[in-house]
Amino acid sequence: MTAPRLELKGVTKRYPGVVANNNVDLTVMPGEIHALLGENGAGKSTLVKFIYGVQRADAGWMKWEGREVEIPNPKAARDLGIGMVFQHFSLFDAMTVEENIALGISAELAKGDLNSRIKEISASYGLLLDPDRYVHTLSVGERQRIEVVRCLLQSPKLLIMDEPTSVLTPQEVEELFKTLRRLSGEGVSILYISHKLQEIKELCHTATIMRMGEVVDDCDPAEETARSMAEMMMGKNLVSPERPEGIETGAPQLVVRNLDMESSDHHGVDLHGISFEVRSGEILGIAGIAGNGQTELMDVLSGEVLVDDDDSIIIGDKTVGGAGPVERRAAGMSFVPEERLGHGAVAEMTLWENAFLSGATRKDLLKSGFIQINKSSKYASEIVEQFKVKTPGVLNAANSLSGGNLQKFIFGREILQDPSVIVVLQPTWGVDAGSAAAIRQSLLDLAADGAAVLVISQDLEELFEVADRIAVICEGRLSKSWPPDEITVDEIGLLMAGIEVDPAGAAHDSEAGGHAA
Amino acid sequence: MLLRLENRGEISRAMVYASPFIAVVLTLIAGVFLFAILGVNPVDAILSFFVTPISTLDGFAELFVKGTPLVLIGVGLSFGFQANVWNIGAEGQLTVGALAGGGLALLFFESESLFLLPAMVIAGTLGGMAWAAIPAFLKTRYNTNEILTSLMLVYVALLLLSYLIHGPWKDPEGQNFPESRLFPDAGILPVMIETTRMHAGWLFALAAVATGWILIARHIIGFQIRVTGMAPMAASFAGFKEKKIIWITLLMSGGAAGLAGMIEVSGPIQQIVPNISPGYGFTAIIVAFLGRLHPVGVLFAGLLMALTYLGGENAQIEMNLPNAVTGVFQGMLLFFLLAADVLIKYRVKFGGAKTSSTAAAGEAG
Ligand SMILES: Nc1ncnc2c1ncn2[C@@H]1O[C@H](COP(=O)(O)OP(=O)(O)OP(=O)(O)O)[C@@H](O)[C@H]1O
Ligand SMILES: [Mg+2]
Repeated sequence: MTAPRLELKGVTKRYPGVVANNNVDLTVMPGEIHALLGENGAGKSTLVKFIYGVQRADAGWMKWEGREVEIPNPKAARDLGIGMVFQHFSLFDAMTVEENIALGISAELAKGDLNSRIKEISASYGLLLDPDRYVHTLSVGERQRIEVVRCLLQSPKLLIMDEPTSVLTPQEVEELFKTLRRLSGEGVSILYISHKLQEIKELCHTATIMRMGEVVDDCDPAEETARSMAEMMMGKNLVSPERPEGIETGAPQLVVRNLDMESSDHHGVDLHGISFEVRSGEILGIAGIAGNGQTELMDVLSGEVLVDDDDSIIIGDKTVGGAGPVERRAAGMSFVPEERLGHGAVAEMTLWENAFLSGATRKDLLKSGFIQINKSSKYASEIVEQFKVKTPGVLNAANSLSGGNLQKFIFGREILQDPSVIVVLQPTWGVDAGSAAAIRQSLLDLAADGAAVLVISQDLEELFEVADRIAVICEGRLSKSWPPDEITVDEIGLLMAGIEVDPAGAAHDSEAGGHAA
Repeated sequence: MLLRLENRGEISRAMVYASPFIAVVLTLIAGVFLFAILGVNPVDAILSFFVTPISTLDGFAELFVKGTPLVLIGVGLSFGFQANVWNIGAEGQLTVGALAGGGLALLFFESESLFLLPAMVIAGTLGGMAWAAIPAFLKTRYNTNEILTSLMLVYVALLLLSYLIHGPWKDPEGQNFPESRLFPDAGILPVMIETTRMHAGWLFALAAVATGWILIARHIIGFQIRVTGMAPMAASFAGFKEKKIIWITLLMSGGAAGLAGMIEVSGPIQQIVPNISPGYGFTAIIVAFLGRLHPVGVLFAGLLMALTYLGGENAQIEMNLPNAVTGVFQGMLLFFLLAADVLIKYRVKFGGAKTSSTAAAGEAG
């Protein structure tokens, strides 16, 4: 019998107010693709951070290929042959892809012609990456690729991936899986964390299920359904989102007309003649491969980037093309950006401060220049309660939340402001199945209450579940939109890749609005 | 001995506050060695540097005289530093503030008006703001680096001072010394403790600490400053305007420095002289960081730095040590603070054994 590649015994890690890992045992065999499943905050990232030497555990030990080891820092982990792709990237925006990769690997590896090796690896594994581009010009999906390529360069024996696919397109995921299967065939073990249970079923040989810091079950994903695994994680039944009946779509709330925007950065994507409208009570979904203008569109809609033509964006009856985020919020808009740490929330600030960050205007948290601390805390607690954010309290910093819980918090913060228009980018990125269902449900409810909802997402399943119409963005141009029953996933896939198709049935002109018939 | 630094994985709150104290202790220890090398009895030297100067009422009062500009400027600078706006030119803003406030006293040198002093306070503040407005304008308009522009303007301000007291503002009855005439009584800050030099300027420093504290903890301006410094993208998401923050922080720090300059000439100096400040504007940078960019921290750090000035003077008189000792101590404090700050993110590990076991495992693997 071969020795396990990795064996953990009794790993325990406490944070103030929470036990993130409680007496966790885990065994990973050579060549095994091992899934680590659990709800947001179950302790998955904490466990793998321990393995990778980022964090110490309070108790427990680890064996690597049969001998007990202590891994005090990531360098020691890399020396053993452990590579890791983090849930939140640690990249330097002002540096190129190559420089970033060079920083994260050993000095010997960084020597020689790193540039061409990056190109080689990225080509052979189908992870398109230009080593000379600056990181700040890249989409989240592309940044993810840097981390993956960085690990592959080190030819690891154990590859830890903490939600690597949450922002990849189906095609990219397929490519990645090919890579992973090939690696597994070569004897590399893979520890794989994801909330996409369908992918787990497709990819993983075995799964360990965690709940509230403890291992509660093991299973063979091939023999389970996505639903049954979700229920194992939650310990209760999964409720799928339901579309409320009989919604009337009303007047257009968000109208975008002939919106052109030149990206301030020459690697960014320019927007060309974007036109659409979202009526009250309606959800418009925009599909597209990351890096096709989604972030730019989000920036323009949120007012972080202004356009010259004031008329090109209308909220309700106000033209706001030249108005900043504060005015747009006052006019009834809310936003959930893609990056949660550093964009949607300030990592080092407390939850109540982060609640204040975007809620100041609409929640009336500011009184003659002074922050209403009590009121802000109450608002934050309300978010935590209603959206089931796992945290000991609103005095905790945003970066103490698990990824999915922070997403729920940001989401709740925007929804509780009763927006008449809400724009969300990748709303369920990294959110567990139960919470994703809850978030989608709250989008549906929000629309039912008369809000206009715009969901920009790569997750087609999600768009088909919530959207009344789906459009596709590709290279900064927006297609027409179709109701989900008039277009197929494959057709959308082609549109996303920039191939013209004319879906069967009457194509709805984007100006024509919803299917209120 | 093997010492290793190990990433804590999270920042240590305790270390954030402990690190200034560690820095002070290390500075003292290094000071002992330094004095020993200079051939003086370290205990005597440390006593004469840190204790004797404040053992009398006069000396104690002097602590606040020197502390006033340091605290005032330190509080102002800490706002900008939190927002990553690096005003390095407080010394220049101090000088222009002194010229603006003092100029008013010279203009009305026969005045007995109660309004002269308040007018000087305002003029001093505005003078400092005006000087800081130059880097603010250049940065927001042409994206120049404020570190360079604010620093270069220090020298311009010092030359302006030099020109004025060698020329138009020279005391007509001053036997050609490059000094202005003495300010009228109405232009002099009242003394707070009789027989000492401690003047009402200290109240401004305290007020700055209190206002600064409220601003940073409770006010939207402070919030915007903190968010801008910690996460610029989140600031833009919230709709905070970067240019506004640059203007506000530069004007605040410039105004505080200008006021400090006016207080120096109106309080302890009472005329305009070639050397208004022994580098308060630069030392305040250390004060701001030693005080963890927090107004209350700055208060204590400012007094500590004031003590190094007094100690330097005293050691010079009592022990015949060079005046440079002051600068050495201030430099060491900053140096040790930066070093101790590493402990916020990392912990020190003593341990050859563990390293080698990992290394061995690494070879085996
Ligand atoms: N630095 C920290 N300080 C305090 N608590 C923390 C810290 N990091 C994590 N936690 C807490 O530990 C628990 C486990 O977090 P962890 O990040 O491991 O969850 P996760 O399983 O990876 O969740 P997700 O799927 O959302 O990423 C959570 O309750 C979280 O709030
Ligand atoms: Mg996680």
